Amino acid sequence: MTTETLWIIVLGCSAATFAWRLLGVAVVRKINPEGAIFKWITCVSYAMVAGLVFRMLMMPESELASVSLPIRIGAVAIAFAAYFLFSRRLVAGVLAGGLSLSALVHWLS
Amino acid sequence: MMQTSGRGRVLRKALLDSLSLPAFILLSTMMGFGSLARSTGFAPEMAALATAFIWGLPGQLAMVELTATGQGVIAIVFACSLANARFFPMVVSFIPAMSRERSGFAALVLYAQLLSINSWAMCLKQFPHIDPAYRRLYYVAFALTILGAAVAGTLLGYHVSAVLPRPLVLGLIFLSPLFFALVLSAVSGACERASLLLGCAVVPVAHQFFPAVDLLFTGLVGGSAGFLLGRVPRIGRILS
Repeated sequence: MTTETLWIIVLGCSAATFAWRLLGVAVVRKINPEGAIFKWITCVSYAMVAGLVFRMLMMPESELASVSLPIRIGAVAIAFAAYFLFSRRLVAGVLAGGLSLSALVHWLS
Repeated sequence: MMQTSGRGRVLRKALLDSLSLPAFILLSTMMGFGSLARSTGFAPEMAALATAFIWGLPGQLAMVELTATGQGVIAIVFACSLANARFFPMVVSFIPAMSRERSGFAALVLYAQLLSINSWAMCLKQFPHIDPAYRRLYYVAFALTILGAAVAGTLLGYHVSAVLPRPLVLGLIFLSPLFFALVLSAVSGACERASLLLGCAVVPVAHQFFPAVDLLFTGLVGGSAGFLLGRVPRIGRILS
């Protein structure tokens, strides 16, 4: 593709993402934060984010897809185990999970 | 509960909290994006600008992946938009949680543009420990720090990631979803927890049947069901 086309893609994607954010601003100015509609939208955002994270870990389309499912599940389990073992320290969980994935890929595949 | 207050202390806390782990997570994640953008033919300044302005990895990945397969501009922009649709409910749920005071339109637009899953999840977690009058300052400082790390990571990945060994690259890509999974596991509230669990349960089905709008479908179905289930007293007690 030409440089111009690539620039149009980058700017178009930025504008398209910004549109959702702007829609959020428009709604947030009108909504009662104590009300049921606000609570429902909060639940929708939690479900969307959880679905996204689950998809990234368990059904990845990135390079992670080349890592077998048992290795990914094992690394997630190790991460959660380390997280709770070290009194809910995020660093412990993230490091243990990332390192164990690298080690398992290195030794098993 | 002791709340952090005062400009200096809140700024210091924002810097410490963002640099302790989230900035590193974004640096490594965006290295992956930078190397992918390079292999697709984007210039380094395009990749950096995409990180700064799109500021949502799933949309950025949709952009480079569809560009690599030679799709038309409209299709690429549309796919990126769908992949980032979560920003609409995220902005609506985040801003009142940050501050009940009325903010001006320009300030709201700034808060919305700086939002990412990382700042959304980490700030919602930290806000109870921060004086409400200083939460907006905390959020902006936190978000700008991780945005800086993300742009740095994009450029770093663009120029150096080809030399990293493959197991290490895979481990780095893995850090970001892992981090969110850990942060989300600590979320409280029956409706919220039900929505998180149902989101995980619904997404494989949604991805199978409606791959283009899987996350929108997951959000609407999982979130609505979680909203209703969390209000059933017996289920609410188990979840919270």
